[in-house]
Amino acid sequence: MAAPFTPATPAASLRWGADLEGGAPYAFADPKDASRVIGFEQELADALAKHLNRPLERVQVNWDSLIPALGRNTIDLAMAGIELTDEHKRGALFTRPYYVYQQQMVVRADEARVQVFEDLRGKRVGTLSGSAAHRMLDQLGGVNITFYSDIYAVYQDLGMGRVDAVFLDLPMAAYYAKGNPKLRFVDPPLGEGYYAIALRKGDEALKRELDAALDAMLADGTLERIYRRWDLWTPSQEKLLSFRDTQEVPQQLEPAWKRFGPMLAAGTWMTIKISTLAMALAMALGMVLAVMRVYGPMPVQWLATTYIEIFRGTPLLIQLYLLYYGLPKLGLQLDAFVAGVLGLGLNYAANEAENYRAGIQAVPKGQMEASLALGLTRPQILRFVILPQSLRVAIPPVTNDFIALFKDSSLISVITLVELTKAYGMLASATYDYIGLGLVTAAIYLAISYPVSRFARWTEARLRRAQGVTA
Amino acid sequence: MIVFDNVGKSFGSHRVLDGIDLHIHAGEKIVLLGPSGSGKSTLLRTINALETIDEGHITVLGRTLPGSKTEEQQLRRDVGMVFQNFNLFPHMSVLDNVCLAQIQARKRPRAEAEATAMDLLAKVGMAHKAKAFPMQLSGGQQQRVAIARALALRPQIMLFDEPTSALDPEMVSEVLQVMNAIAAQGMTMVVVTHEMDFARKVADRVVFMDHGRILEQAPPAAFFSHPRTDRARAFLAHVVRERAKTGKLTPLDRELAQVVAGNPSA
Repeated sequence: MAAPFTPATPAASLRWGADLEGGAPYAFADPKDASRVIGFEQELADALAKHLNRPLERVQVNWDSLIPALGRNTIDLAMAGIELTDEHKRGALFTRPYYVYQQQMVVRADEARVQVFEDLRGKRVGTLSGSAAHRMLDQLGGVNITFYSDIYAVYQDLGMGRVDAVFLDLPMAAYYAKGNPKLRFVDPPLGEGYYAIALRKGDEALKRELDAALDAMLADGTLERIYRRWDLWTPSQEKLLSFRDTQEVPQQLEPAWKRFGPMLAAGTWMTIKISTLAMALAMALGMVLAVMRVYGPMPVQWLATTYIEIFRGTPLLIQLYLLYYGLPKLGLQLDAFVAGVLGLGLNYAANEAENYRAGIQAVPKGQMEASLALGLTRPQILRFVILPQSLRVAIPPVTNDFIALFKDSSLISVITLVELTKAYGMLASATYDYIGLGLVTAAIYLAISYPVSRFARWTEARLRRAQGVTA
Repeated sequence: MIVFDNVGKSFGSHRVLDGIDLHIHAGEKIVLLGPSGSGKSTLLRTINALETIDEGHITVLGRTLPGSKTEEQQLRRDVGMVFQNFNLFPHMSVLDNVCLAQIQARKRPRAEAEATAMDLLAKVGMAHKAKAFPMQLSGGQQQRVAIARALALRPQIMLFDEPTSALDPEMVSEVLQVMNAIAAQGMTMVVVTHEMDFARKVADRVVFMDHGRILEQAPPAAFFSHPRTDRARAFLAHVVRERAKTGKLTPLDRELAQVVAGNPSA
C-alpha cells in the first residue's frame, strides 16, 4: 500500500485502534473531563509511542471491528484488551503480551449459591460475547448466558437481579464493581491468559520495535507502575517475563456447519419469535390508534396523534434503551424479551396506525352514509363495513412494514437478546469469516421475507378476484 | 307522517334550507324538483338525519329531530334510503348486502334474514345474482340490489336521492319499474329526480325548490301545465332543453315545451 507521492516521513504517526465505548479501565473518556481520554492502555500507548519516537494518533473503532480494521489499513495496531487466542491469531500478528488477565466472578453481596466456578451451572450469567470468559462458560456448559456489549449495563443488571452473576476480565470487575457494596467478588480469579497488541499480518518490523519497547518497559518497571496506578497489578504478571510464543496456529477441525449451525438456528428462531409477536402487537394497537385518530372526539384524536408522532419521530434504538435500561430506574423492570417485543411493537404500531388511517380514508364517504341510513351503530359500521375495506387497502404497506420490522429486529441485540444478526456478528468476529457467514445469514433473512411478500401479493390478488375486479 | 316546521340550515352565510314548512302524509308520493344546489337533496337527507338542521323541527313517524344518536338510529331503521351511487358494500355478496342490517340492526336470525333477502331480490329481479359481488353487476342491477337492501328492514318511508342519475340511459327504466311497483304497494315515498315522466305518473304532489326555499307545491298535472313562478318555468325550460339534446322527446316533454315556450298561463 505504498503511496508513491507521499514518502513515509520519520514522524509518521502511530495509528492506535481502541474502543472508548465501555472502555474503562482500558481507555475511556475521563468522567471528570470528557474531552480527555484516560486508562491503563492509554498510558501504555503513550509510553510505547515515546519509545518509538512517533506521535500517537488514537482511532475509535468498534471492538468487534478492530482486527478487520488492521486489514483495511485504517490503523497500525489494535490494543484494547485483545486476548492472545488461536482464533485471534488467525486474523492478526501479535506482539509479546503486555498483561496477564484473569476472569473474575462477581455476584450480589447476599448471593450464597455461588462459591466456585462450577456453581455457575444453571445460573443466569452475564458476560461479553466473544470474550475469554464467554469461552470458559461455554466449556463449563449448562450456563444460561446473557450477552452484553456494554460493560456498565452488565454490572447494573447484576445489581437489579436480571442476572445471578457476572463473569468477566478482572480489569473490568476492578473498575466497575470493586467499590460497589451491593456486589461481592468470588475469589480466586480464574483462567489466566494474555492481552497482546494486534498488528497487521506481515508487519514484522513494527512487531520487533514494539516487542523491544515492551521488554524495556517491563525491565525498568514502567509497566508495573502503570498497573499499580489502576489497581491491576497481580502476582501473575511475573509470567510476562518468562513468556515465549511460537505464533503457531492449530487447524480448526470441526466442520463449519457444526460450529455455526446451532447458534444461527437459535438466532433465527429468536428473530422469528420476536418479529411475529411484535408485529401482532403493532397491528392490533395500530388499529386502535387509527380508529381513535379518525373517529375519536378531539382529546382522543390528539392523544393518538401525539403517540404516533412521538414513536415515529424518535429512533427505535433509543426507545429500546429507555424500555430496558431506563424504566428500571422508575421501578419497572422488564424482561429483555418482553422489552424487545414491546419496543418493536409500540414503535411499529405508529406506522401501522398511519397505514390503517390511509386505508380508512380511502373508503368512499358513501359507504358510511349507506350504513348510517340502514340504522347500523358506529361500532357495527366500523367492524362490518369500513375496516374490512380499509384492511384490503392496507395489506401492501403493512406487509412492507412486517418485512422492515423483521430486519429492524436486529436492533434488539442492544438489550442482550441474541437474534440472527447478533449471532452472525458473534460468529464472524470470532472467526473473521465475514463473507461466508454474511452470505448465509442474508440468505436466511431472504428465505423468510420473500415468502411473506409473496403471500401478501397472493392474498391481495385473491381478495380482488373474490370481488370480481379483474384489473 | 313527516312534518317540517320552519326548518333552516346554513353553511356559513349560505342558506341551504330556509323556512321549510312541509307536511307529508302516509302513503303519499312526493317528488322534489329544482335546479342543482336548490337544497332538495339536503331536504331529503334531513328526513333520516343524515343532515343535521340548525333551526326548527322535523317530526318523522312520531319522532322529533334533532334527536339523540340512539333515537336517530331507531328512526333510520324505519326509513329506507336509496342513493345516486348505489353505495353497495363492495366486499360483500349481494345476499350479504341485503342481510347485514337485518341481522345487525334488526337482530333477525340469519336464516330469516336470508329468506327475506331472497324474497326481495326476486321482486327486483336479482335473485339469480345473490352470490355475485357488486363490482360484477351493471349499474341498473346494483341499484335494484340497493333498493332491496333498503326494503329489507321493512321501512315505512322510502327516500330516493336521484336514483337514476348515475345510470346509463338504457338502464333507467328497469329501476323506475321497481320504483313504480313499490309505489303501487302504498309506500310513502320522497323522491329527488329529474325523471319528469315518473313525477307525472307516480307523484301525488310535486314540490319545487330553489335557493333553499319551497316555491311551489302542486299535483303534477297542475304543476307541469301551470307552473306559477318564473323560476319553475325557467327550470322546466332547462329540463326540456337538456332532453332535446338527447333527441328523445316524450309526449310529456313536447307538452312541457309548449308550456314554457309562450304560454304564461299562471
